[in-house]
Amino acid sequence: MRLAVLDHGHSAGTKALFTLIRLLSRQPVLDAVKLVKYRADFYGRPMQRVTQEAMRGPSAWPVGDRELMAAIVAQANACEWCTQAHAAVAQAAYRDQVRVSAALGDLDTAALAEPLRATLRMLRKLTREHAVDADDMRALLAAGVSRPQIEDALAVAFAFNTMCRLADAFGFFVPGPQAFEAGAKYLLARGYR
Amino acid sequence: MADIKQARAVLEARIVEGAGQAPPAQRRAAFNNAGVSEPLAAVIDKVARQAYRVTEGDIAAARASGLSEDQIFEMVICAAVGQATRQYETAMAALEAAAGER
Repeated sequence: MRLAVLDHGHSAGTKALFTLIRLLSRQPVLDAVKLVKYRADFYGRPMQRVTQEAMRGPSAWPVGDRELMAAIVAQANACEWCTQAHAAVAQAAYRDQVRVSAALGDLDTAALAEPLRATLRMLRKLTREHAVDADDMRALLAAGVSRPQIEDALAVAFAFNTMCRLADAFGFFVPGPQAFEAGAKYLLARGYR
Repeated sequence: MADIKQARAVLEARIVEGAGQAPPAQRRAAFNNAGVSEPLAAVIDKVARQAYRVTEGDIAAARASGLSEDQIFEMVICAAVGQATRQYETAMAALEAAAGER
C-alpha cells in the first residue's frame, strides 16, 4: 500500500487481531480490512454501516445479486482488487462460478434474469459515465425493476464506487485467489460489520 | 428496502466535519473536487474521476505538497466518497424524475 500507516499504523489491539486472522485463515490480511481498521472512527466504522445496509440489509435482491452488482461496478471502475474480491463473494453466494464469470465476460449474453441484466447495465453506465438520466431509469422500470430495487442497486453502487477509488488510490495488493476465497467466506458468514 | 440515507449522512459529516488532521475546509474541497489548491488538485481529481490511474508518483506529489500520511488518508477518502455521492445523487434524481411520471 502506498501509505505506510495503512500497513503498519494500527493500534496494538488491531495488530493482535491481524495476527489472529493470519493464523486462523492461513492467508494474509486483506488490504480492505487494513483500511477499515485504520482510524476506524474516521472512515471504517461509518462506512461499514453503509456497506452492511446496502449489501446485507432488507432487499428484494438476494445477496448473490448484490455481490455481482459490486463486481460489475468494480469492473467498470477498472478496479482489479474489488472485481476479484466481489466476484469471489458472488460465486460463493450463488454456489455458481459460471454465472459470475459469464456476467463479467459479456453482460449481454450471460444467462441472467432480464431485470438483473438491465440493472447491471445501468450500474455500469453510472460508474463509467458518472451519470445516468431519466430515460435510463424509465427503461429499467419498463424492464420490470421496481423503484425500491433500483434504489437498492444504487446503494450497492455508492458503496463500491467509494471502495474501488480507495483500493486503487491506496494501491491495494492483489493477493492470490485463496485469500479472496477466505475473505468471501467471511463476508458471507459475518457481513460487513 | 435497504435504507442508507442516515448512514450516508453520518459518514459524510464524519469525514468532512469531524475530528481530523486536514482542515475541514480542505476536506470539503476534496469531497467536492472543487477548490483544492495545486498540486494536490490534480491528485484529488484523479481519485474522483480516474482512480485506477493513480500512481506512486501522485501520492508522492501529495506528500511533497506538505501533507502527512494521515492528511492524505483523509483527503483521498473525502474525494472518493464525494464522487460516489455525486453519482448516487444524480442517479436518484433521475429515478425520481422517471418514477414521478408513472
